[in-house]
Amino acid sequence: MDKDVPRATHDLGGVSKFMCEPVDVEPHALTDFDREVDAVRAILGLKKVMSVDELRRGIEAIPEADYLRLSYYQRWVRSIVDNLLVKGVITEAELRAALEAER
Amino acid sequence: MTVLASGQRVRVKNDWPETRGPCHIRTPHYVRGEEGVVMRHLGDFPNPEDLAFARPAALRPLYHVAFAQPSIWHEGSAGDVVQVEIFGHWLEPA
Repeated sequence: MDKDVPRATHDLGGVSKFMCEPVDVEPHALTDFDREVDAVRAILGLKKVMSVDELRRGIEAIPEADYLRLSYYQRWVRSIVDNLLVKGVITEAELRAALEAER
Repeated sequence: MTVLASGQRVRVKNDWPETRGPCHIRTPHYVRGEEGVVMRHLGDFPNPEDLAFARPAALRPLYHVAFAQPSIWHEGSAGDVVQVEIFGHWLEPA
């Protein structure tokens, strides 16, 4: 029985629809993407550009449909990009150009 | 700020900052408004609700608080507890 409260998407402890499946406790293999995102976050922390708390706030602000679809490190990179745009560290034009260059 | 003693009965504030705009809250939805017992003071830490917005963050006491599990999650037996880390500013005497 779930409480009828305005909980945030990430606040899913005890929510019945997430209690139907057994928890996967096998170790997960990290991809190169995962390692790269982790490294970027570490550098941004060391350089005092962005804290883990800001990373978490950014993850928690991802709209529910995206939040549930994205992988763990995809959520991280989404939050990192949102934070860097808001802080003016990168611009939308720079982000778009960098993404185009990857195609 | 007075440190709450182990064994003190407390109630978690029934507050929903989520409804008031962007926020970062470490208090799970399922314990808000619920009564529990302070197990121990874990130390004082900068308030993550401010750190999350890169604002100056005052030190706030953090506690382990135990709640009777059956009334929280409607499962488990009498005596089972859910133990949650909760900052002092979310707690009031019960």
